[in-house]
Amino acid sequence: MEIFVSIIIGALTMCAVYMILSKSLLRIIIGTALFSHAAHLLVLTMAGLKTGAAPVLIDGVTDYTDPLPQALVLTAIVISFGVTAFFLVLAYRTYQELNTDNMEEMKGTESND
Amino acid sequence: MINLPVFPIVIPALAAIIMMFLPKNVRLQRFMALGSIFVTMLVSLLLVHTVSNEGILTLNLGNWPAPFSITLVSDMLSALLVTTSTILTFFIVWFAIHYFSTAYEENYLYIAMLFLLVGVNGAFTTGDIFNLFVFFEVFLISSYVLIVLGGKGVQLRESIKYLLVNVIASALFVMAVALLYGAVGTLSLADLAQKIPLVDNPNVISVIGVMFIIVFGLKGALVPLHYWLPGSYVVAPTPILALFGALLTKVGVYSILRTYTLLFDVNGTFLQTFLIVLAVLTIIIGMVGAIAYNDVKLIIIYNIMIAVGVILYGIAINTQTSLEGALYYLIHDMMIKAVLFMLVGMMIGITRSGQLRDMGGLITRFPLFGWTFFIAALSLAGIPPLSGFFGKLLIVQGGVGEGDLFGPILVLISSLFVLFSVIKIFLYGFWGEERRVYDGPLVPYTKRLLVPVCLLLTVAVAYGFGAELMHPYITQAIEPLTQPELYIDAVLKE
Amino acid sequence: MNTKRKSKRVNDVILQTAAVIIFFIIIIFSINLFFSGHYSPGGGFVGGLMTAAALVLLLLAFDSKTLATVLPFDYRKMTAFGLFIAILTALHSVLWDRPFLTHAYDKFDLPLLGEETLHTAIAFDLGVYLVVIGVTMTIIQTIGESE
Repeated sequence: MEIFVSIIIGALTMCAVYMILSKSLLRIIIGTALFSHAAHLLVLTMAGLKTGAAPVLIDGVTDYTDPLPQALVLTAIVISFGVTAFFLVLAYRTYQELNTDNMEEMKGTESND
Repeated sequence: MINLPVFPIVIPALAAIIMMFLPKNVRLQRFMALGSIFVTMLVSLLLVHTVSNEGILTLNLGNWPAPFSITLVSDMLSALLVTTSTILTFFIVWFAIHYFSTAYEENYLYIAMLFLLVGVNGAFTTGDIFNLFVFFEVFLISSYVLIVLGGKGVQLRESIKYLLVNVIASALFVMAVALLYGAVGTLSLADLAQKIPLVDNPNVISVIGVMFIIVFGLKGALVPLHYWLPGSYVVAPTPILALFGALLTKVGVYSILRTYTLLFDVNGTFLQTFLIVLAVLTIIIGMVGAIAYNDVKLIIIYNIMIAVGVILYGIAINTQTSLEGALYYLIHDMMIKAVLFMLVGMMIGITRSGQLRDMGGLITRFPLFGWTFFIAALSLAGIPPLSGFFGKLLIVQGGVGEGDLFGPILVLISSLFVLFSVIKIFLYGFWGEERRVYDGPLVPYTKRLLVPVCLLLTVAVAYGFGAELMHPYITQAIEPLTQPELYIDAVLKE
Repeated sequence: MNTKRKSKRVNDVILQTAAVIIFFIIIIFSINLFFSGHYSPGGGFVGGLMTAAALVLLLLAFDSKTLATVLPFDYRKMTAFGLFIAILTALHSVLWDRPFLTHAYDKFDLPLLGEETLHTAIAFDLGVYLVVIGVTMTIIQTIGESE
């Protein structure tokens, strides 16, 4: 299971890098979102993907999943949710202001700033 | 008062939250921002005092026992840095009050500045590596808000770059933390420091160490990860630039200092060489940039890189002397960079241009302004007995003591380049003839803007003259870095 | 953009009628999620997102003006209020000289519900809930209004 998820993480990262390197701003944002997903999956995988029960505080439980990575991943998801939303708003404003979402056309020199 | 370490984080946060209810009431915003930072300043001074008397303070959030809870650790290092960042934020906010128009101030300006301080203070205080990530995000998100304020075309474009670089860095941070957790099984810094030597495969730790260098290097603008810095910083308005230049890169440097002394055994390994090479490259590229440009903001921005390189060199050498020098220089540089950014921002505000060729003769119209800049410039270059001197001296001593000659010589040469670049601003900007009519928007406010700048410069100069008085504090701050057991014991065994 | 696309107001009776009913179902479910978050999956974040989703559904079915008249909330203030509650909950332990963020709980005999534990974490979660709604709606309004 871990190996399978690792491959997925690799594929996600690959797609993310491809998207981030493209010219369209929207694709770049989707790329960063995919990249964060890869990171989040990695957090979950690193703790081991046991099919255990919920870590409830009862005496004598032996079969449970490590709760810490889930807490970490929730925090990371919340943060990347906020940042992605901010990024989208920023991209939209930029699009309005500069009339383009192409990074190539956005490239400015001092004369056309 | 077991909660003392948390106050420098909570007070600005609470003030910012209350200010969010009344974003349009500018007078209240100004009053609350300055007032809360002033209180934070007093608390952080109290923190320094307490730490110097009682040793390392720890606070386990939520009253959970140590390796499982998020621990806030105030050793002298973090207390000193918290105090420095609070003091300079106070003066920058004071400067911003006179600098910005109401339109800016109504747009959550002070709230974002306070949250930035929350994030920075939190990052300095936390003893948990994931919590470090969270505080990084707190100040990064505030910095995103600050950098887009105003929203002109260029600014938006550069904000996108800044955002993109930092989002990727954050994802890498999460990955590095995940790998670390997978390899060691804990995230508390003290616990990590204890368990990392027990890991079977030290190469895994080296890889994670390099990942952390990439993450913190992106924040701290180490070559070759510096490319985003000049462009993004140069578009930000002056007070925000001062805040970023003084605090954000330094948090990256602090994180390297903390993790590398505590977690990754640097001495004599490949990581040490790697860090030294990065430091040297950063200094060289910084020097090239600092003398190549004629834009006053860019000159100072490249000076950030020189400073980061010098501090990193001190960290990489990793001896008592060099670490003392690095910390000494770090605190000096935070204050003096804030002063210089505010001063060049005023130059631009007066002359309506950032180019040196459009300036000249400012000193005849604004003598106090000119001499303030002169003192700040000398202090940046490290002319004794101003504050930059002792830090560099100790770093050079440390480097020579380790048998490295190239590094110390480069640090000394970099001082010359720094001196050259800032004196160039002084000569072209303040000396000579007035090139045009100076009717920039800041002209009527020059006197009022100079007050906070001069006060902060006074603090910086006093820091240089009081180097001897500061020395016990610096030594105490270095102790947990050279002897990690102190840190581990303080957190884990109480 | 300057190109003015006159959005044709489609008479979507079905969506509007359904949205009003579904809105309440989603809200009730989100409240359920919010309270169940104490010892089982759920909590302020998920509940808040769910509530925000319900509000977005109304926004889709009607428009932002209708929503503003029906639910006249200032979402920025709501965010501030949520943060305020959360930080006060975290700070209350400072008064008793316990570490920051320490929660208190006790068992109470409540009418109808019988003996239940009340936990200050619920106040913190309420703060999170309000922040999530506030932030999500602020973002959506910011993008939505400029169109």
